[in-house]
Amino acid sequence: MTTTTDTTTLKHTPFHDFHNANGAKLVDYTGWEMPLHYGSIIDEHHQVRKAGGLFDVSHMGRFRFKGKDARAFLDRVCTRQIWGMSDGQIRYSMVCNHEGGVKDDVLVYRIGETEYLMVCNAANRMKLIEHFNEVKDEAGFVFKFEDETEATAMIAIQGPKVMELMSNFSSEVPTLKRYRFTIKNLIIAKVMISRTGYTGEDGVEIILPAKFAAKAIDMMLKNVDMDAEEPTIKPIGLGARDSLRLESGMALYGHEIDEHLDPVSAGLDFAIKYDKSEDPEKSPEEVGRFIGQDALQKFKSEGTPRKLVGLNLEGRRSARQGMKIYSGGGESEVGFVTSGVNSPTLGKCIAMAYVDTGHCETGSKLQIDLGRAKADAEVIALPFYKAP
Amino acid sequence: MPDMSDCRFTDSHEWFHVEGDIVTIGISQYAANELTDITYVEMKGVGESIEPGDNAGEVESVKTTADVFCPFGGEVIEVNDALTDEPGKVNTDPFGEGWLSKIRTADVSPSETLMDADTYQDKYPV
Repeated sequence: MTTTTDTTTLKHTPFHDFHNANGAKLVDYTGWEMPLHYGSIIDEHHQVRKAGGLFDVSHMGRFRFKGKDARAFLDRVCTRQIWGMSDGQIRYSMVCNHEGGVKDDVLVYRIGETEYLMVCNAANRMKLIEHFNEVKDEAGFVFKFEDETEATAMIAIQGPKVMELMSNFSSEVPTLKRYRFTIKNLIIAKVMISRTGYTGEDGVEIILPAKFAAKAIDMMLKNVDMDAEEPTIKPIGLGARDSLRLESGMALYGHEIDEHLDPVSAGLDFAIKYDKSEDPEKSPEEVGRFIGQDALQKFKSEGTPRKLVGLNLEGRRSARQGMKIYSGGGESEVGFVTSGVNSPTLGKCIAMAYVDTGHCETGSKLQIDLGRAKADAEVIALPFYKAP
Repeated sequence: MPDMSDCRFTDSHEWFHVEGDIVTIGISQYAANELTDITYVEMKGVGESIEPGDNAGEVESVKTTADVFCPFGGEVIEVNDALTDEPGKVNTDPFGEGWLSKIRTADVSPSETLMDADTYQDKYPV
């Protein structure tokens, strides 16, 4: 077996000391030294499903767009319609390339008519900055574009007991609807709290100034006895973040989506608005078409050769990204695995995979080549797990 | 169960305990920590033969799947079946209840090329 740990040149989030104090196993994640776990990925997974967990997601990119053309620009680069959002609303969107592949999946927050925030994947931050600057200059959009990633911190607090905990902290937060946010003025700083997440559980994500991060964690956790037998909240690493999102059928960049995988095949149609013509001030030709729209429209109307599906595996061996999928006892190759895990909640192995449309119906029987062995698998509807 | 100090180690983090012609195979605490929670272990079965340098099996964790390298040749004589239901023992007790399998070998000389416990622990502290 091979293991590597080179953490010499990695960036630290404002919670680095917090991770060390809590016994984190730190690893390189896209150039950031991040907690993989604080003891056990499986225990942390159950902790989030049963009560709650605190995730440092400060490595994710955070951009601010401010100015008269900020909205039009976002409608140009995002597949989702940004026009018509209300203040305090958040939308999940793709940022596509011209071929319809995914540059990144992002959340766009509307702060005001001319001010927006975007949260993107850590791995794609620099790529998006370059892309956005190119589009901005090309089309002559007028607005200020700032990368606030390292000036801010971000945490996710997720789990069935989280909103109750948040009610001790603010009476407004538990009244937030899904994909809405509020900005709270705490004593020393402004914090942005949204009812969003990446675990399939209820919860919030919080963006705050980097300098205030350590203090904020203390404030959030002051009523939580972390040493209790069953604490409401425990710190959770990226390992469980991955297994939680996978059970919930959520795409992860670099696995289910990338520059060569399109959102139509990924079943993310809900995040694509093919007709952005509702803007009364501008013609559809002017702002109504987003980058990648021609390609996506073609995929949509002509159908894609493969679809993202969920798979239930027989046996106890996990499928991993890149493993090939066969039908008819192994004769023809019909797809490939994008993510797989031995699901802690369901107690069986699950995977997401792209499968040729002829074999992607629910109930289809397939085989996965696991290397030394083959496993039988059945196509099932996503998500694998839905919070009660 | 072998005492860790009597085991020999590879840079790929397997341990081997040689007693007569019997070699017990496991992975180190360092390896178990790096792999994270072990979810599945599949070792070559009793009666199967292993060539020196072959894989003696695979260990799967939440995050990854790792081969278990074996510098000894021989025949598998026992597999730790308790790991079928409790693979987590590899994490909690890798030198004890988390041993993986045993082989009978005609040649224990590969042992000479492996690290002793002190050397290994200095190189890969837990």
